[in-house]
Amino acid sequence: MLRPRIIPCLLLKNGGLVKTVRFGNPKYVGDPINAVRIFNEKEVDEIMVVDIDATAEKRDPDYVLIERMAEECRMPLCYGGGVKTSEQIQRIVELGVEKVGLSSAAIRNPQIVREAAERVGSQSIVVVLDVKGSAPGAYEVMTHNGRRGTGKNPFELARQMADAGAGEIVVNAIDRDGIMGGYDLALAEGVRAAVTVPLTVLGGAGSLADIARLVGQFGSIGAAAGSLFVFKGVYRAVLINYPTRAEKDALIPSPPGRTEEAGRAKGFA
Amino acid sequence: MIAIVNYGLGNVRAIANVYRKLNIAVGIAGEPGDIENAGKLILPGVGAFDFAMQRLEQSGLRPALDEAVLHRGVAVLGICVGMQILGCSSEEGTSPGLRWIDADVRKFDVSASRHAAWVPHMGWNDVRALKPNGLFHELGGDSRFYFLHSYYMRCRAEHAIAVTDYGGEFACAVNSGNIYGVQFHPEKSHQWGVQLLKNFAERV
Repeated sequence: MLRPRIIPCLLLKNGGLVKTVRFGNPKYVGDPINAVRIFNEKEVDEIMVVDIDATAEKRDPDYVLIERMAEECRMPLCYGGGVKTSEQIQRIVELGVEKVGLSSAAIRNPQIVREAAERVGSQSIVVVLDVKGSAPGAYEVMTHNGRRGTGKNPFELARQMADAGAGEIVVNAIDRDGIMGGYDLALAEGVRAAVTVPLTVLGGAGSLADIARLVGQFGSIGAAAGSLFVFKGVYRAVLINYPTRAEKDALIPSPPGRTEEAGRAKGFA
Repeated sequence: MIAIVNYGLGNVRAIANVYRKLNIAVGIAGEPGDIENAGKLILPGVGAFDFAMQRLEQSGLRPALDEAVLHRGVAVLGICVGMQILGCSSEEGTSPGLRWIDADVRKFDVSASRHAAWVPHMGWNDVRALKPNGLFHELGGDSRFYFLHSYYMRCRAEHAIAVTDYGGEFACAVNSGNIYGVQFHPEKSHQWGVQLLKNFAERV
């Protein structure tokens, strides 16, 4: 059975890790390599690292840091931030990164998604949509750290990105970032209905119950979170944490087992 | 020594790190001479089928690989696209594969699946060994590995050594003589992946 993916999302700023609230007020939470090592020990499903300044500062991804993280990760790594061309995507994949996240560049020119998918395969192309608003009619996809509007609706854009060759959509609710009050399930529902590629939801998770709710509704979805995995307690003390294997298994509504379709084998000539 | 073939694709260093932590001799093979001296070979891979084949051809390592695997019987483990290119062809492209295993590579069709399933197959899934094989030593029923792929290998039944269910079972690990392949990423699969890489070093 394909399990839901529970994904710590780490934000890079000036070479360190930060956590934001509604895309602002970055608080330093630690060193990226050290954090990767701790998450290795905790056997996380995947890890996502986003350089939140690269695009806004018009600079390239930090390839040296990306390479060090990829080398250290014993779990799959998705890198995003400042990625503009299919050449950059190829270079990042060659550094040992499994998935590369694109945002503003893909929204501006979906052809980049198409080109990159041809080079490295759709499975490694992730489009991250930062969405402002909290009601289905009022959602808008934003870029440049949530500062620039695109006038585009996330559902239509997600479909367009998947059609261009994106292998995963990450939808990030800006207004819920750092709030820890639960995911925007209506946003997740709209994007889930729009595409047939894997979906990861980010923004708002404050407890394992929030993740359980998401998984209960959507099954094998990606549940990403920042604050939940780096802060502990009401005073938001920095403490990297992650559910144990048993806690993760308990999030899945039905016990893992063979599905009714398992008898229908394929793949044997 | 285990040589990880470096043709510019796949997580060469992450695999090497696992072996270093296990105190198993490992090297990164970028020259034909490195392959001539290797006791075992790992062929990693991330990316598209044609791109991987093109990279491998351009690397100049192909003749040394063919010689090691086909003539000297050196054990080889292909990972992800590194497994897929062990076969003859892929629906993903037009390049021929290495043709080391009689198999072809197909795109997932989950449209008939009654359970919600999406392509690519992305995440942690169960792996069920079909028969005793050194590669799955001490990897019992709770083994799970990380998958990230849209295409899977369709092989002869006798070559499938483990299966995974994704809208139907497919061969996620194959073995024919000295040639092994796994569709999942052992270098990114925590303790299970470490055990499998250890098994490749010590049990096959």
